[in-house]
Amino acid sequence: MNTIVNLSRRDFLLVSGGLALGFHIPQSLAQAGPAKALGADSAAAFSPNAFIRISPDNTVTVIVKHLEMGQGTYTGLPTLVAEELDADWSQIRAEGAPADSKQYNNVFWGEVQGTGGSTALANSYEQLRQAGATARAMLVAAAAEKWQVPVSAIRVDRGLVSTGGKRATFGELAADAANQAVPSDVKLKDPKDFVLIGKPAVRTDARAKSNGTAIFTQDVKLPGMLTAVVLHPPRFGAKLKTFDATKAKQVKGVEQVVAFSTPATNGVAVLAKDYWSAKTGRDALTAEWEESTAFRLGSAEIMNDYKSLAGKPGLSARKDGDVDAALKGAAKTLEAAYEFPYLAHASMEPMNCVVKLDGNGCEIWNGEQFQTVDQAAVAKLLGVEPGRVRINQLYAGGSFGRRANPHSDYLLEAAAIAKAANGSAPVKLVWGREDDMRAGYYRPMYYHTLKAGLDAQGNLVAWKHVIVGQSILAGTAFESFAVKDGIDASSVEGAANLPYAIPNLAVELHTPTIGVPVQWWRAVGSTHTAYATESFLDEVAREAKKDPFELRRSLLDKHPRHRAVLELAAQKAGWGSPKEGVSRGIAVHESFSTYVAQVVEVSGTDAGVKIERVVCAVDCGVAVNPNIIAMQMESGIGYGLSAALTGAITLKDGVVQQSNFHDYPVLRMNQMPPIEVFIVPSAEKPTGVGEPGTPVIAPALANAILAMQGKPVRTLPMFSQGVTFAT
Amino acid sequence: MISLNVNGKPVQAEVAGDTPLLWVLRDHLELTGTKFGCGMALCGACTVHVDGEPVRSCVTPVAAVGSRKITTIESIGETRIGKAVQAAWVAESVPQCGYCQSGQVMSAVALLKANSTPSDADIDTAMSGNLCRCATYPRIRAAIKRAARAGT
Repeated sequence: MNTIVNLSRRDFLLVSGGLALGFHIPQSLAQAGPAKALGADSAAAFSPNAFIRISPDNTVTVIVKHLEMGQGTYTGLPTLVAEELDADWSQIRAEGAPADSKQYNNVFWGEVQGTGGSTALANSYEQLRQAGATARAMLVAAAAEKWQVPVSAIRVDRGLVSTGGKRATFGELAADAANQAVPSDVKLKDPKDFVLIGKPAVRTDARAKSNGTAIFTQDVKLPGMLTAVVLHPPRFGAKLKTFDATKAKQVKGVEQVVAFSTPATNGVAVLAKDYWSAKTGRDALTAEWEESTAFRLGSAEIMNDYKSLAGKPGLSARKDGDVDAALKGAAKTLEAAYEFPYLAHASMEPMNCVVKLDGNGCEIWNGEQFQTVDQAAVAKLLGVEPGRVRINQLYAGGSFGRRANPHSDYLLEAAAIAKAANGSAPVKLVWGREDDMRAGYYRPMYYHTLKAGLDAQGNLVAWKHVIVGQSILAGTAFESFAVKDGIDASSVEGAANLPYAIPNLAVELHTPTIGVPVQWWRAVGSTHTAYATESFLDEVAREAKKDPFELRRSLLDKHPRHRAVLELAAQKAGWGSPKEGVSRGIAVHESFSTYVAQVVEVSGTDAGVKIERVVCAVDCGVAVNPNIIAMQMESGIGYGLSAALTGAITLKDGVVQQSNFHDYPVLRMNQMPPIEVFIVPSAEKPTGVGEPGTPVIAPALANAILAMQGKPVRTLPMFSQGVTFAT
Repeated sequence: MISLNVNGKPVQAEVAGDTPLLWVLRDHLELTGTKFGCGMALCGACTVHVDGEPVRSCVTPVAAVGSRKITTIESIGETRIGKAVQAAWVAESVPQCGYCQSGQVMSAVALLKANSTPSDADIDTAMSGNLCRCATYPRIRAAIKRAARAGT
């Protein structure tokens, strides 16, 4: 499973008679297969397209540069290749690409490989169609040569190449195609000729993920491997002073106990032949911590500080007109404040990572979301070049942003433990649920204040929005282009670009420094800005006695894509046609250039608010796979709903109070409402769908509750405000 | 040495009796389809069948299983209902990240074995102990109904 193979592209072509654009890994990873081996010199033999391998057995393997963490990238990206290749979907396989920022960079991020910001499909749209079209041209050239006919006489249809009565599969032509010149210029299809794009291709990973054969980091087992379970400090910023491993070492199966320290984490690791022995050993450890530098505030104190900051002038993130004068001159003003807690990602697979040190670097097995950043961080820790940190891609059991840690926290920890164990064995770091939930890197806490001014006719003439919260991007690789003049774009996204036509509009930001590690969390800034802006707009509508849908619609003249999803959701939900006993709320929001509107229907029951139905409209440009778009909207809604209802990480004296799903409850099946998803037809370039469904549900729900109860919910989670939900 | 019957075969593992069944399956018998999610029977990712009943293997001491028959995701597809459920999972595009789905499938098979025509309420009762952070719940519901229609 970890054989190292160093084959140049040409060697491979000679050896196996297949067509590989770019590089090849002979021990090909089946959809469900184990971690594959990497060529140590894989950077040496790349051609422009490193994305396709056609084998003599007629399978077409698409090498996917992004992490499959549930969002469907192992299906969406291969669809782009298969479309231009005119492949049959049944012959398509997906395989994770190794870490290589030159071949597999995220085109939107420069020479950085990674998955995030709902960019996987969007940045690959041209690149992978080009790769597919190039491979097709070479197959056609090979067929023309073989059959002695002009290229124009060759047809390709669903994986079959033909002319007159002659036919050949891709597999039969692969060896000859490999000898054709790589065309420098290929023509992409006219979208009207798309066969696969726009259709619900079956996910390449569906079967393996239904029968237990899909391999996650948690499942990797290398010869001689030890499992590491760790003891972290009780508070952020604390450092290990001393530890006593006497009892831990008495646990059968425990082999080593080592201290570790990285720029991100520190603590003690117990290494054993299996998880349970390591965990039992970890539980038997005692340690003392240096806590003079530890963070010791609680959530209540943090929020109080934020509230006092909000009363002071902040840095300006947007300023249209003169908002203070407009508020002063308004016939009516209203204001509201919104509070948001820290949130854990809580993916089903707790963080984990396998590291095998070798003489001059290491090999990593991981559901890898941030290849280039992680390579650099681990390389620095080991004192080697980034190219010596080789990463094998695996499925991730969720992430929601967590596996793209800007400080490479859990990867560095795994590497540091392997190093502390003197490289004596490959190490699998496994965090338990409690370790994962208490490790920080949360969606930050935020406090928002909003003020609105209406003129005598009830028109919205002033909007002042103040946001207080930690910066996610400061201190990360994205700081230089995402933090400008002290404004972290991710703190104000969704607020500073509010689409509504309001003549006097100001957005201000305060960015306190707090010792709790924070990170992007599915839909990032929009997770709080959409709630504050869309909830407050409903309060404005109520004050102005206007219909929330009509008010939004009237303010979106210059934003037709917002307006189109708003109208579609309203129409499909029957907005304007009252339903006995049902109250509706609506919200619209753009994130990552995808537009989403949702209508939530609620009813009141003795057991609490019942969410009867969610209607969702989305505009994500060309709908490459409508089924996956629907899945991602459903998923985003469920994830956002979970946070809105019960999600909160709280601190007391610096200690995280939650530890597992009993005190950080997440949405269960009996709480999940029926969801209907409608896609706006579009010829625009495709944009992402992994995140944009998430931010809209909470405000749409809050607005439905406001409509039903006449009382706004301004603090999340709703459970903390006494709102209970019927199942 | 503990003796077990896993997926129809007698197996042995050199573990202490209080070791949770989950880790015996995963680390000692190399049956990694059953997943670790919480360690406290809160998420259902570790669900296996013991004598046909769904149990959370993360809190089941291996010594408590005795000679009873353990069935995991690795062999559930060999049963009529298991096969139908897995086919329905693909047909309804249930899995996203997929990590919880072994447990979901095991809970769904146990439900359909006991109740061949489950109502929404039956499905909620049987499945609400299985968490899915991708919120694939509506599709799980649809897939269970599809498997039921397929004549399980």
